[in-house]
Amino acid sequence: MAQRQEKNIARFGVYAFLVIMAAFFLMPLYVMVATSLKTMDEVRGSSIFAFPLRPTLEAWATAWNSACTGLTCAGVSVGFFNSLKIMIPSTFLSIMLGAVTGYALSFWRPKGAGVIFAVLVVAAFIPYQVFIYPLVRVLSQVGLYNSLGGIIMVHVIFGLPIMVLMFRNYYAGLPRDLFSAARVDGGGFWDIFFRLMLPLSPPIMIVAVILQSTHIWNDFLFGLVFAGSDNRPMTVLLNNIVNTTQGEKAYNVDMAATILTALVPLVIYLASGRWFVRGIAAGAVKG
Amino acid sequence: MTAVSIKDLEIQFGSVKVLQNLNLDIASGEFIVLLGSSGCGKSTLLNSIAGLIDVHGGKILIGDKDMTHAEPKDRGIGMVFQSYALYPQTTVEGNLTFGLRMAKLPKDEIERRVARVSDMLQIKPYLKRRPAALSGGQRQRVAIGRALVRDADVYLFDEPLSNLDAKLRAELRVELKTLHEDIGKTMIYVTHDQVEAMTLATRIAVMQNGVIQQLASPEEIYNRPANLFVADFIGSPAMNFLSGTLGAVGERVEFRLKDGHVLDVSAYPFAKRPSAPMEAILGIRPEHLAISPREGLLPLDMAVNVIETMGADTVIWGTCGAEKISVRVNSELKLNPPRGSMLKLGFSLGSASLFSAADGLRL
Ligand SMILES: Nc1ncnc2c1ncn2[C@@H]1O[C@H](COP(=O)(O)OP(=O)(O)OP(=O)(O)O)[C@@H](O)[C@H]1O
Ligand SMILES: [Mg+2]
Repeated sequence: MAQRQEKNIARFGVYAFLVIMAAFFLMPLYVMVATSLKTMDEVRGSSIFAFPLRPTLEAWATAWNSACTGLTCAGVSVGFFNSLKIMIPSTFLSIMLGAVTGYALSFWRPKGAGVIFAVLVVAAFIPYQVFIYPLVRVLSQVGLYNSLGGIIMVHVIFGLPIMVLMFRNYYAGLPRDLFSAARVDGGGFWDIFFRLMLPLSPPIMIVAVILQSTHIWNDFLFGLVFAGSDNRPMTVLLNNIVNTTQGEKAYNVDMAATILTALVPLVIYLASGRWFVRGIAAGAVKG
Repeated sequence: MTAVSIKDLEIQFGSVKVLQNLNLDIASGEFIVLLGSSGCGKSTLLNSIAGLIDVHGGKILIGDKDMTHAEPKDRGIGMVFQSYALYPQTTVEGNLTFGLRMAKLPKDEIERRVARVSDMLQIKPYLKRRPAALSGGQRQRVAIGRALVRDADVYLFDEPLSNLDAKLRAELRVELKTLHEDIGKTMIYVTHDQVEAMTLATRIAVMQNGVIQQLASPEEIYNRPANLFVADFIGSPAMNFLSGTLGAVGERVEFRLKDGHVLDVSAYPFAKRPSAPMEAILGIRPEHLAISPREGLLPLDMAVNVIETMGADTVIWGTCGAEKISVRVNSELKLNPPRGSMLKLGFSLGSASLFSAADGLRL
């Protein structure tokens, strides 16, 4: 009896701690949402923690299609579509290239596979700022600087080492006999990849999609340097909107624009959180 | 016609030579078992026949064609793996048809072959299931089926039964033997289970450290082992070994045991009659030692140590001179000699083996 009571107290402590931690991390989000639903008059007149009295989506609409970045006033919507145009092909390409390379390295073991792998491991941990200047030069030489193709290429190149590492380790955890059986069954390089390895890859694929898509969506630096003025991703536009200093700072619009920008990664995390954990766990057990 | 012919095969991993100067000729329709302890290179040999590892020297001919460096799919082989290696993402049917679909065979041909093989192996009821939903025995049947649908000339098996329990293993062993008799294709089968080897093989290749020690029929391997390693490896309990000196005395050949006991071994079928005295080892299987010596048998004395009852048989352990020996007798005899008592044993030269102590080869 006493024991059970003790247990309940302990449990209460744990929950209390969790609730406090959650509140601590949710506070900024609450402030942002609350502010974005207020008019500027209300923002000026009330505490940042106050609940919006007459919630309105005006700031959201402004943020989406008419907030100003320098001279143009088209909101973050342009950036949203730019970011999609960058994110979808970059994610797809970096994952497919990573998967094929990881598969080749772990099953076909070409001469020099060890060296390639070592280089990739090192590359994955070099701070990428180091490469920016040389890359600008190279891309302008081949005419890809400031273009959609250029920014996609940059994301693919920088995503590749980590993708190859992940896929190589995942495939190294699959039994080699499976590969041998498929070879005896007549499979060549691509047959085995598409008919056997890809169908076995969903656990690692999900992790890769989440990592790459959120990472690419959240990127600011590459977008700023390589995308060019026609393809600025949402993060860059958001920065421009927030930093545009003409008259009074529209906090409500800034907050709405920020939430809009963060929405895509947020949705990806929420929708796939379950698989994410499962994918990592699967990798851990098999790898 | 030779189905598979291996000439001076050499395989190394890094600087370690696993197989060296290995030669093996397999006739069409044979059931060859590669038998040997763990790590002796059986899988390596099988994988090299399948084309799954690189060959560093020598040649592999399959159906009289040089296949040393051919792709696995071009060798006309089917293979069954120890781990089953069934494709987990697809059904049993998908597993069976995987190779056929890649080879772009016509649909009706694929259906015909799947029907034939699934009838033969009784896997029809599970065709729509995934491998994860099958028992070990069912999975191994599917793995065998996947090899069979390929309609190959040579089938390779790498310890296909070793993950199964004893009862199932015995069942599938019989099925495999029947299967071989039915389809008459060449089979090369790796195992370290001597019962499987003795029951399945038309010929057994006993391997040690990447070298084939003896290649012969199961009877030959059992009755006339070519050297001490083979003699020791085959049989359970292992063959008894008594060391001594072999020497010619006039017309007779005598074997003098360590304890001074002398046996007349003139009647032994020597490959070459020894002239000068030499160190030798006499090998007698536990089941070839008789408890109540009859006339004409050579005598041995044994001090009893331990008795092991194993169902149908009873094994009596003891010593002869200073050397440990065992005798296998029928449990019906209800023998129960007390510890330390002496037993008079007898054996016939026809079932005994003599080996040179110097190089271990059969005399
Ligand atoms: N990929 C490899 N790299 C290095 N050494 C290897 C490799 N594969 C096998 N070997 C070595 O080659 C030797 C023979 O291995 P092999 O797998 O042929 O043995 P085996 O007879 O099949 O044994 P088991 O009965 O345990 O399966 C072993 O000593 C093993 O360590
Ligand atoms: Mg093996």
